[in-house]
Amino acid sequence: MLARRSFVLMAAACVVVPHAAGATPEEVRALIRAVAGGAVPKLGRVKLEVPQLVENGNAVAMGLTLGEGVPAGAVLTDIHVFADGNPRPDVAHFRFGPRAGVPKVTTRIRLSTSQTVHAVAVFADGSCWQDSVSLIVAISACLDD
Amino acid sequence: MARPLLNVPREVKAGQSFEVRILIQHAMETGFRRDAMGAVVPRDIIHRFECTVEGEEVFSATLHPAVSANPYLVFTARLERSGTMVLRWVDDAGVTAEERVAIRVA
Repeated sequence: MLARRSFVLMAAACVVVPHAAGATPEEVRALIRAVAGGAVPKLGRVKLEVPQLVENGNAVAMGLTLGEGVPAGAVLTDIHVFADGNPRPDVAHFRFGPRAGVPKVTTRIRLSTSQTVHAVAVFADGSCWQDSVSLIVAISACLDD
Repeated sequence: MARPLLNVPREVKAGQSFEVRILIQHAMETGFRRDAMGAVVPRDIIHRFECTVEGEEVFSATLHPAVSANPYLVFTARLERSGTMVLRWVDDAGVTAEERVAIRVA
């Protein structure tokens, strides 16, 4: 009886051992606060387009555009992207110069596990806006082989 | 670094936003993987991309290992005058790729 109980406890302990040290939601919150100049960004204006169900984490199509509610004359200068479940939280930082057209970026990113991806847009007036998408990753971006 | 694939219009309308699509061959080695002997494969990624026209900044990107192999980027530009677009990629080994495209403003 006792042997079986200890086996069950041991098995439970094995399951909760994390597979790799990585980014945490707290770390991402701190990074977002840093790029937003200490403030907490409001939700809106920027639109993060990623699939909610990802088949292959090695190449996830990611689109960034400006959504509704952007006043005329507002100038986008930066978009920062963070992933709170990857080995490192930084994904990319895009900067839009004076010769940029309609703000828009598309690229492909790696996601190692199911997690939340955050995009933070910084405007020339210093205001910061955020969009976040929680997604499920079926096949992790390969880390081990 | 391999020669990049570019999709840049050669002729655009003044003041009108147009798309630039680029793809470059690169393993984007994350630095998190281990080889068969268990040794960490050193990180080697394209960490920087810049696009300018006649010295003026269009778009730039700082990339981290979370960007997929063979980085693909789509962004936009807007020109008032004809000029040469310069696209530059830099990787961790210090290798730089540079492409120039003459764009005519109609």
